[in-house]
Amino acid sequence: MVFKIFMGFMALYFVVVFLSMGVGAYYMIEKSGLGDPLKFVNRFLIYYWVADLASRYALQKMPVTNIKPLLLLPFNKAQIVNYSLGKTIVSFFNGAHAFFFVPFSIVLLIEGYSLGGVIGWHLGIIALIYANNFLNVLLNNKDSILYPVALLFAVLGLCQYYGYFDITVYTAPFFDALYDFPWVAIFPWAIMTFLYVASFRYFKKHMYLDGGLAQKTSVAKTEDFRWLDRFGNLGIFLKNDIKLIKRNRRSRTTILVSILFLFYGLLFFGGAIETYEGPVWKIFAGIFVSGGFLFTFGQYVPSWDSSYYPLMMSQNIMYRDYLNSKWYLIIIATLISTILASFYLYFGWGAYVAILVGAIYNMGVNSYLVLWGGAYIKTPIDLTSNKKAFGDKQSFNLKTLLLTIPKLILPLLIYALGHYLINPTAGYIFVTVTGVVGFAFKNIVFKKIEKIYKKEKYKTLLAYKQKS
Amino acid sequence: MITLQNLTKKYGHQVVLNIGHLEIPKGQSFGLVGNNGAGKTTLFSLLLDLIQPTTGHIVNQGVQVDKSEDWKPFTSSFIDESFLIGYLTPEEYFYFIGELRGRNKADVDALLAQFTDFFHGEILGQKKYLRDLSKGNQKKAGIVASLIGNPEVIILDEPFANLDPTTQIRLKGILKKLADQQDVTVLVSSHDLIHVTEVCERIVVLNKGEVVRDIQTSAQTLKELENFFAGNIAPEEEIA
Repeated sequence: MVFKIFMGFMALYFVVVFLSMGVGAYYMIEKSGLGDPLKFVNRFLIYYWVADLASRYALQKMPVTNIKPLLLLPFNKAQIVNYSLGKTIVSFFNGAHAFFFVPFSIVLLIEGYSLGGVIGWHLGIIALIYANNFLNVLLNNKDSILYPVALLFAVLGLCQYYGYFDITVYTAPFFDALYDFPWVAIFPWAIMTFLYVASFRYFKKHMYLDGGLAQKTSVAKTEDFRWLDRFGNLGIFLKNDIKLIKRNRRSRTTILVSILFLFYGLLFFGGAIETYEGPVWKIFAGIFVSGGFLFTFGQYVPSWDSSYYPLMMSQNIMYRDYLNSKWYLIIIATLISTILASFYLYFGWGAYVAILVGAIYNMGVNSYLVLWGGAYIKTPIDLTSNKKAFGDKQSFNLKTLLLTIPKLILPLLIYALGHYLINPTAGYIFVTVTGVVGFAFKNIVFKKIEKIYKKEKYKTLLAYKQKS
Repeated sequence: MITLQNLTKKYGHQVVLNIGHLEIPKGQSFGLVGNNGAGKTTLFSLLLDLIQPTTGHIVNQGVQVDKSEDWKPFTSSFIDESFLIGYLTPEEYFYFIGELRGRNKADVDALLAQFTDFFHGEILGQKKYLRDLSKGNQKKAGIVASLIGNPEVIILDEPFANLDPTTQIRLKGILKKLADQQDVTVLVSSHDLIHVTEVCERIVVLNKGEVVRDIQTSAQTLKELENFFAGNIAPEEEIA
């Protein structure tokens, strides 16, 4: 109950943040002396548009999921296709933009921009966002098209940043024209209509079980990982976990996210954000940089095995071995992240020491905390669902975020204790000692965690059974 | 020997299983039949400690299953596709189970060689993950995996369902062979009365969670079962 109220507040908070962004953007740009706010926004809309397409491609669900049962019911195919495409129109990925563009347009009107111009501009943007929606349907699973385009725009962005070439010089006039000559909005609408018709045709043509609705099956290769045999019981599970990560899109994203986490420290050490320059935040950064895998994968143990949890619970498996293998996986990944993070040496030893200390704390304390917390997160993970890694509440919920807090706040406090009472070095030593002590108590902690897993076993089994 | 004592399972007020006392001697091939909702899968899940009994307990070869995990080394099962690891190839899955049960690759290969006929060339070397196999082929893989490591108690929930006729006949052969082994207890549930009477020495009929028939299989058993399921006569009174 408390949690629900909290969730409500969080949702409200985000709505307010977005709204104030929409309202505030105009004045912020004006104040910063970046020129006409509308013109400024127009310059960057091309990037916005491509970023929107890319994020849709990565995250938005395809409308094909629930078509199969409809095929047998007395609807004609055109109706089914219209229904499926229509469903995408109300998607979050379309609606979310309104939080920015609606208040921004209203501010434009208040500030004396012409009504006709703003309407034309706004309608044009709407059409372009929906064009993305249908473009995404057409592009589905065509990596060979989307990745080069995304790469091209990333390069263009860099070129612009370093002043070699500015694509916005060529694209901004179009967006400006939407305001200056509202009738130009006809073009995006025409494009959108064309894309709708195209995706309608494409869909209808491929609506067969062995065509567009077929599940893609990949060619499997049996792998031994013989080199893991030397680890005995541990090796058995490690082999499986590596395959789990390699062969399922949902778990592969954790690797991707951990790589992103690696760069998170740049915000702190690069001095991009002022509030992050307080000394305590260095530990925060250290924990995040080395702990990407720990947080994204470790958090969901044992949910990764949810689809075959009854097997794991009835096979000749001791909980200890099972948990141990996950723990080692987390430790190994943390070590690798720490080594990869050595590029932070560029910012001086101080930065890398913070990361090392964070890594030790991650291994000594947080590795247990995630396994422990995992026992309570009883959301089954559908490994085969590709596109829902973040869209689904099952994988990205506030509960898991809440559980991250003790893992992050505690080391900050320990550090602050040393930092402010004695000196920064003492802060680092305190956190390191905490980590090492945690490491030493592995057996005792594992017994506790094992007990919790056993206690939660039946509830977990039941929860995993109720997927979809 | 498996002993069930005062075993009940309730969900809210609904009693889904209620067995006062039932003994399954070691080496018996035991068949469980009953309509949907009779409690067959519930009973098997209790045997595997996947759900908790409301009252009573099960003792599997001297181990009380909800108290100790020591039944796991000698018990194996295939209940449904949640016993398969979808992202593994069948070979990897067999080796994984083998390793869990202390069998190396060669042991597993030797065992698999006996099932070439049963697999019918559709399981091994297919370059497919288990999740991409058909339901029938998944079942074949699951059943064979449950035979790895010489288990003494084998639990199979509806092993005949989804199998093609040839495979059903071959499975009957496999189960009969297991039944002949004195130290292997086989528990099978089925909706197919013919198969179950052919394979099992003893058949227990569950109805609404209660044991309503307990038959040593004979020539008349099939007829008796057919009469029972066709007649739908109030079973409690009949047994009294």
